[in-house]
Amino acid sequence: MNPTIPRNDEPDIDDRDATVVAALRGLRATAPSSVGFGALVEAGLADRYAPLETPLGTTYVAWNGRGVSWVGTADSPEAFAERFTAHVGRPIERGPELPARLARAIQKRLGGDRRNHIPLDLRGHTPFEVMVWMKALEIPLGEVRPYGWIAAEIGRPKAVRAVGTALAHNPVPLVVPCHRVVRSDGAIGQYSMGGPDAKRRILAAEGLDPARLEADAAAGRRFTGSDTTHIVCHPTCRDAKRVTDRHRVHFPSLAAAANAGYRPCKHCRPVSVAA
Amino acid sequence: MDTDAALATRLSRDLDGAFPALVAAHADRLYSIVLRLLGDRRDAEEVAQDALVRAYRAMAGYPGERVASLKLRPWLASIAVNLARNRRRRLDDRNPPNQLEPMLDGGFDLPTDAAAWGAPGSTADRHETQRELAAALLRLNVTVRAAVILRHLDGLSLAETAAALGRPEGTIKAQVHRGLRELRAILEDAAERGGGTDSPSATTTVSMRAAPYPAALEAAR
Repeated sequence: MNPTIPRNDEPDIDDRDATVVAALRGLRATAPSSVGFGALVEAGLADRYAPLETPLGTTYVAWNGRGVSWVGTADSPEAFAERFTAHVGRPIERGPELPARLARAIQKRLGGDRRNHIPLDLRGHTPFEVMVWMKALEIPLGEVRPYGWIAAEIGRPKAVRAVGTALAHNPVPLVVPCHRVVRSDGAIGQYSMGGPDAKRRILAAEGLDPARLEADAAAGRRFTGSDTTHIVCHPTCRDAKRVTDRHRVHFPSLAAAANAGYRPCKHCRPVSVAA
Repeated sequence: MDTDAALATRLSRDLDGAFPALVAAHADRLYSIVLRLLGDRRDAEEVAQDALVRAYRAMAGYPGERVASLKLRPWLASIAVNLARNRRRRLDDRNPPNQLEPMLDGGFDLPTDAAAWGAPGSTADRHETQRELAAALLRLNVTVRAAVILRHLDGLSLAETAAALGRPEGTIKAQVHRGLRELRAILEDAAERGGGTDSPSATTTVSMRAAPYPAALEAAR
């Protein structure tokens, strides 16, 4: 019998293999920290963030495997990360850049393409809040709606204040365009990402004239109709903007429009909000 | 073993809360397994991360009892090995098999200074041996390679290796034997060839040694 050939009934390591076996242990390696953190990010248990240039300046976008989780302005990347962890409670690391898929989707969305799907991570928020934000997503670029419109559209016409609160808590401003929701009395309303001035800036960047909007509403011109079609719209509805000056009429309320024989536009679905 | 069982129990009760502990405990070993299977650091990073994510998603879909009864070490290893196999197939489609780049990416740099190659000195020697062993592993048949890596690099038991690879224990035992024998032969052969560092063919020898597909390289010469 040749002693150098291991037999099947021997233990599965023989002496000559022992050196190789020991050396194999030496081939264990330490994974770069991005492996573990990356897995947590993909699982939605941690996030990465990167800067994004917007009309409001440098904005930071946080994301994980479930979608965009947080958007905000900050004086520094570190300040953004700190605020994120304080609010969301998950660890966050600076990423190299937005994943191409998300960056493309966000740019398209900011450019007005509403069909473009952006995955959002809205865990931890109430169904009411999510409903409000999803409705805000439907407001087209270059248009605004009053808080009461969202309340009516989601079937909670009396929850106007709650709608305002939910919009103030929007974790993904710009992506969910809460800046396109204004007060029905014409004031531009609050904005979570930099206050009313920032809100005017972003609306102007989207092609609106915020000063005129406010002036019109203050003067009681809250709905716009066409005396040829007898249809009444929110003033920024794309249909209202097509009405020529000669045929444009203004109403302080939907009731006034109805009395004059106007029916509500099927695109912007105007609602009257109790003053 | 015990800590793995305890971890599985925690995962079954609070997946999100316990998953970071799984990552901390298993990221290095999964990365090591995949690195030595594929020989490429970037691929290993991606596959190891993907294995952890797949594990998370699988557990999210399992009933609690199933998560609690998971044998985490072999289970995670089997996910990593399967993903590495898929990755290798794609690599083979992309790269002609006689390219050395994946190996060089893997840290098996060819020595620039031929004298350093055979220089005595314990640390350099050990690193050299490890580099040679890592390269030798990549020359094993991939089935045999996986068995050797799980059994002796990762340190799974024979039964766990068999479970992870879905093959009978007897088969694994034979494959591990064969793998170790071949590794020894490759290393002994390399030692013989590498003896004369003044040989003008030193670089060629090194290339041969590092080639994952020696036959293909032979043909290409």
